Amino acid sequence: MSMLAVEIPYWGQSLLRVLGGLAAVLLPAGAIVYLFLFKMMSFMQSRLGPMEAGPFGSLQLVAEVGKWMQKEDLVPEAADKRIFKMAPLVVLLSTFLLVAVVPFGPDAWFTNFSVGVFYGLAVASVSVLGILIAGWASANKYSLLGGLRAAGQLIAYELPMVLATLGVVIQAESMNLQDIVVAQNTGEIFGFGGLGNPFILTQIIGFLIFMIAVQAELSQTPFDMPIAESELVSGYMTEYSGFRFLIFFIAEFATAGVFAMIASVLFLGGWGVPFEWFSWDTIDSVDDWMNVAGPLIMFTKMLALTFIIMWVRFSFPRFREDQLQTFAWKILIPLALANTAITAILKVAF
Amino acid sequence: MAKPKVPGVFKGMGITLGIFARTVTKGANTVQYPREKETPPVRARGVIALHQDNCTSCMLCVRSCPDWCIYIEGHKQLAPPRRAGGKPRQVNHLDRFDIDYALCMYCGICVEVCPFDALFWSPEFEYSEPRIADLLHDKSKLSEWMETVPEAPELETGAQKK
Repeated sequence: MSMLAVEIPYWGQSLLRVLGGLAAVLLPAGAIVYLFLFKMMSFMQSRLGPMEAGPFGSLQLVAEVGKWMQKEDLVPEAADKRIFKMAPLVVLLSTFLLVAVVPFGPDAWFTNFSVGVFYGLAVASVSVLGILIAGWASANKYSLLGGLRAAGQLIAYELPMVLATLGVVIQAESMNLQDIVVAQNTGEIFGFGGLGNPFILTQIIGFLIFMIAVQAELSQTPFDMPIAESELVSGYMTEYSGFRFLIFFIAEFATAGVFAMIASVLFLGGWGVPFEWFSWDTIDSVDDWMNVAGPLIMFTKMLALTFIIMWVRFSFPRFREDQLQTFAWKILIPLALANTAITAILKVAF
Repeated sequence: MAKPKVPGVFKGMGITLGIFARTVTKGANTVQYPREKETPPVRARGVIALHQDNCTSCMLCVRSCPDWCIYIEGHKQLAPPRRAGGKPRQVNHLDRFDIDYALCMYCGICVEVCPFDALFWSPEFEYSEPRIADLLHDKSKLSEWMETVPEAPELETGAQKK
């Protein structure tokens, strides 16, 4: 907050952070739902998608939110009411906790942890708790099965995700996400710094594993066993309606956006441009305008990555439960372990 | 030379991306209905039209209707003789012929079963109503649909009566 000439009081800073956090979670979610879920999916199925609400259906989301807000907030008779009502909020909370650690510019961050990667991966699994208690509290066999499947799947894919991130941490020599951004943008490829050294080049296997694990963490098709509608009605979301369903829905796509932001920080150079372009050498010499340009760059990279997530989602049928577990434990985890080991050896060797 | 084998994963993603590009450049397969309209095929089953003069109120359509959505009432009356000096003929006069399109399932059995060619398919389909009771079309409305019935297609060669 020092870039502004006026000193902002603490409550003002907190308010700005809350508003920034809301923007960082809800803007990507809205963009993803409209651009990809409404429009791209329709185009991939040779139809136009929503066209009536606003120009090219751009206000469709407002209409949908309005619809959900006025629906009755149903709670099943046998449900554990307090926990049932709490569950979607827990899921959304993990999204907000996760975005807190993402850097958007040299000074545009919510918190600057020294162990940001560790924290991010830890709070990402809080959503599992929300899903599990949603499944349990609904007092519905489909919800319970969905919740259990979600738990099994998220735990299985958490591991390759963590291991894929390890390679990046080893290369950047830091767990601070800001340092990881700087390491990529000041990096050189055989003495050539015009591109920086985004870790997608050296950690391509790690990147692929990370994106597959993200797909599974978000339970997007082909990993949508938890809400497999042909078997489980709607999984852990079966009993939810009205604005609680809306919160689950927002959380799903907001988390997709936040995970894409983290992936772009870890593998694509985050908010930065290669520092050589403007002959900056450290983070302190980065110009202040990057605090405005940085979030836009992040947003672009986030959209590019969510495009891939959604593209995969709209292209494939879902895995069977056993295939899903086999894929994680027998392929992704050994591959991620090997990737980590090789990265460590190469790091020591060079 | 054999083409290099593309894994199905990428083939699938290529298909969705191809359709995406096609939709963006050449437009979708769907139409924006209330503004753009497609003409239905000539023999589409839109609405059933009644040719009143042919109806003898024989009740075959009523009895064959699986949904019981046709209502006929009639009475016998005397009509003038066909030839001079003949006896007056007894005919069935149609008082009521209603089809309830809220019940009709468009199976077309009534059209098939009618022995006097009084019922026809018309391709008109835009007759939805705000009130469900208005979907009950009476005989004057059913007769108006006759104007929209297309000409019967030409018989195939060799199909003529010998």
